[in-house]
Amino acid sequence: MAKRVVITGMGVLSPIGNDIPTFWNHLIQGQSGVGPVTQFDASDFSTRIAAEVKDFNPLDYMERKEARKMDRFVQFGVVASQMALKDAGLDIEREDPDRVGVYIGSGIGGLKTWEEQHKIYLKRGPNRVSPFFIPMMIANMAAGQVSISTGAKGPNSAAISACATGTHSIGDATEILRRGDADAMIAGGTEATITPMAFAGFCANKAMTTRNDEPEKASRPFDKERDGFVMGEGAGVLILETLEHAQARGANIIAEVAGYGMSGDAYHLTSPSPDGEGPARAMKRAVEDSGLELEQIGYINAHGTSTPLNEKYETMAIKSAFGEHAYRLAVSSTKSMMGHLLGASGGVEAIATALALKEGILPPTINYEHPDPDCDLDCVPNEARRTSVQAALSNSFGFGGHNATIVLKKYDGAD
Amino acid sequence: MADTLNRVQRIIVDRLGVDASEVTPEAAVKDDLGADSLDVMDLILELEDEFSMEISDEQAEKINTVGDIVNYIESRS
Repeated sequence: MAKRVVITGMGVLSPIGNDIPTFWNHLIQGQSGVGPVTQFDASDFSTRIAAEVKDFNPLDYMERKEARKMDRFVQFGVVASQMALKDAGLDIEREDPDRVGVYIGSGIGGLKTWEEQHKIYLKRGPNRVSPFFIPMMIANMAAGQVSISTGAKGPNSAAISACATGTHSIGDATEILRRGDADAMIAGGTEATITPMAFAGFCANKAMTTRNDEPEKASRPFDKERDGFVMGEGAGVLILETLEHAQARGANIIAEVAGYGMSGDAYHLTSPSPDGEGPARAMKRAVEDSGLELEQIGYINAHGTSTPLNEKYETMAIKSAFGEHAYRLAVSSTKSMMGHLLGASGGVEAIATALALKEGILPPTINYEHPDPDCDLDCVPNEARRTSVQAALSNSFGFGGHNATIVLKKYDGAD
Repeated sequence: MADTLNRVQRIIVDRLGVDASEVTPEAAVKDDLGADSLDVMDLILELEDEFSMEISDEQAEKINTVGDIVNYIESRS
C-alpha cells in the first residue's frame, strides 16, 4: 500500500516576497513583482522587464566562503530549503539522515556563472577558468548543495525538464516517499536566469512580452492582449513527508499531495501540442492517481504563462480533461503577479496552491481586461476569491513537451 | 617579504573566509585553513593574477603552508 504524502513546510524566494507570509499576502492582494531589469543593461533587448527577487543578500543566510561557490540559483535553492526545514520544524540531526532526501531541479542551471566564465575564457584563455565553474553551473547542484548544507543523506536527485522542473521534482519526490524509500523529502525548483544570454535566447524565439512600458501589466494570462511571458526568478521548496512520519513527530500538516501525472507531447521543441492533448493526459492521470473524482477538483493553478498559445491550449486541455466540470472550476495563473520562474515555477506554484487550499482563498489572475473567446474558463479575474476548495491541481509544461500535474488535497486531519 | 605576506594573507582571508590572524607563515593551507583541492586551485589562480606570474601544477602541488607560497613568490620576483 503506497504511503500518503503531506506537505509540512514551505520556503520561498520570489519576485513578490522572500518569506511565506509576504508572498501569500502579495498573491491575494494581486500585487505585481514585475519591473525594469536591474541585473544587467537590457537596453539593447526587445524585452527589458523581469520579475526579479528583491533585496536578496546571500550573506544574510550563509558565509561568504560558501556563497561565492554557488551560482545565484543554488543560493536560492539552499536558502529556500533552510526556510522550509525551519517552517516544518524538521531537524535532520534528530532524524535518520539516510531517510531524508532532496529532489530540487532547475530548468537551466547556472547560466550566470556560465556567461561570466565564458567571458574570462574568451578574454584570457582556458587556464583562467575557475575550478568552481562546472560545480557552480550544473543544474543539479542545488540538490547537491542542499544535501551538503543540511546533512540530508537520503535519495538525492534533480529533475531538469525546463518549465516543468519544479512540478516534476515534487511529483518524483512524492513517489519516492510513497514507495517507502525515504521518510521526508526536501523538494522543489530553483531558477536564476535574468542574464543577457537567457534574454537574448528567449527574445529570439519571441516567447517574452515586449510590453516594456507597463511592467506591472505585462504578465496577463488569459487576457486577449497577452503577448508573451515575463521572466521571473526564485525558488520554491516544500518539505514532503509520509503522513505517518509527520504524525509521529506531531508536525503541522499544510496539505496532502494526493496525485501526480505526467506526459510527453511528442510534438515540437517549443510549441504546445495542438488541442492541449498532452497536458490533458497529464491532468487526467494526476486525478486518477489521486483517487478523487473530477468533480472534487475545485481549483487549478494554471501553467498560464501569458503567451498567446499556452492559455489557448491549456484551456482546451482543461476542457478535454474535465468535460463540463471545466466551467465550474476556478483556474487562475499566479504568473500574472510573479512572472514565469521557469524551473522554479512548479515549486512556488505548489506553495500558492497549498495555501489556497489551507486558507480557503484563491489567488487571482491580475491584469485581466479583455476577454478572449479561446479562454472562456473562470480565471478568478483581478481579485482573490474566498471559497473553500477540497482539492486542486498545479500544472507545469516545459519546452520539449514535458507536462506535469500534481493534485493537492486539503488536509482536515479527519482521516 | 612583509608586503608579499600581506598580499597573500588578504587573498586567503577573502577566499577561505578565515581570520587574518590565522594566516601565519606556518599555517598549512589545507589542514589549518580548511582549503579543499578546489579552493587551492582557485587560490593559485588568484595568486597568479595578483603577482602577474605563472605557478605550474608541479609547483602548486609542493605548496603546503602560507610560508611556502610567500617563499615561492619571493624566489620568482
